[in-house]
Amino acid sequence: MNLDDLRARFGSAVGEPVTFRGETSLAVDRGSIVALCEFIRDDEALAFDFLSDLCGVDRHPAAPRFEVVYHLYSVRHGHRLRLKVALEEEDPVIDSVTGVWETADWHERECFDLFGIRFRNHPDLRRILLPDDFEGHPLRKDFPLEGERKP
Amino acid sequence: MGIERFGPTTVLTANLDRVVGWARKNSLWPLTFGLACCAIEMISTAAARYDMARFGMEVFRPSPRQADVMIVAGTVTRKMAPAVQRLYGQMAEPKWVVAMGACACSGGLFPTYAVVQGVDSFLPVDIYIPGCPVKPEALLDGLIRLQEKIAREAAGGTR
Repeated sequence: MNLDDLRARFGSAVGEPVTFRGETSLAVDRGSIVALCEFIRDDEALAFDFLSDLCGVDRHPAAPRFEVVYHLYSVRHGHRLRLKVALEEEDPVIDSVTGVWETADWHERECFDLFGIRFRNHPDLRRILLPDDFEGHPLRKDFPLEGERKP
Repeated sequence: MGIERFGPTTVLTANLDRVVGWARKNSLWPLTFGLACCAIEMISTAAARYDMARFGMEVFRPSPRQADVMIVAGTVTRKMAPAVQRLYGQMAEPKWVVAMGACACSGGLFPTYAVVQGVDSFLPVDIYIPGCPVKPEALLDGLIRLQEKIAREAAGGTR
């Protein structure tokens, strides 16, 4: 898997690829995520046709606080890639990739439900695991495990 | 209560409340539903080895309209609670609730935002059975105590 082409095309929006134990990760700016995902899906050599997972990370108290991680797999070539997008605590918003891979729908809903990260242009962004009237986002590090105690 | 003879016929006289209570307590129909590992013990209690049919309470009913005991067997999550509450509401009076196991009694080992800390926060519980999970013997003991409680209740009396 050659990522040079990708880096040439997207320039500074894409970080240096990091490979650890055979797994490659790539930091991506949030502004480029949809364009980049479309590219790596449609590119013949990369052909990431399957979004195997999308999840959130809370690095509290570090900054930037949040991260959205995309695990990609290419059924055609059998290779994998991980994308990481850092998000600031004050503005945890990112464009939805449901237009690229439809399966992102529920993954993004889960990420919104548990981390409070909002996905712009998502077709149906509401809670998926917790009750609709739940307050807060429990996978955030500053959320008390026992919930907000009612008096 | 007494036994009287009128010619060849033997007549048993009794207080109506007690007769109704006796009938009710010996025909407990639990609602078929389980929420976690306690449900496995409940199934085991109903099966051949422990055989709760011996006490007249084996007719598990999958419809709340026909059931009169709700055995809350397992962890009730906050998302599940409205469904459990609706099932309880659909049961006809008279009806009773058994909180089976630590989770149903108090949230058990899940003191978290996702789990209801005791079903008595939204259901009128009659019997609490501790255990994690509850052993079949303990469930039988709890249900027999419920029978005793029902026998004490006045006929026609609801909560």
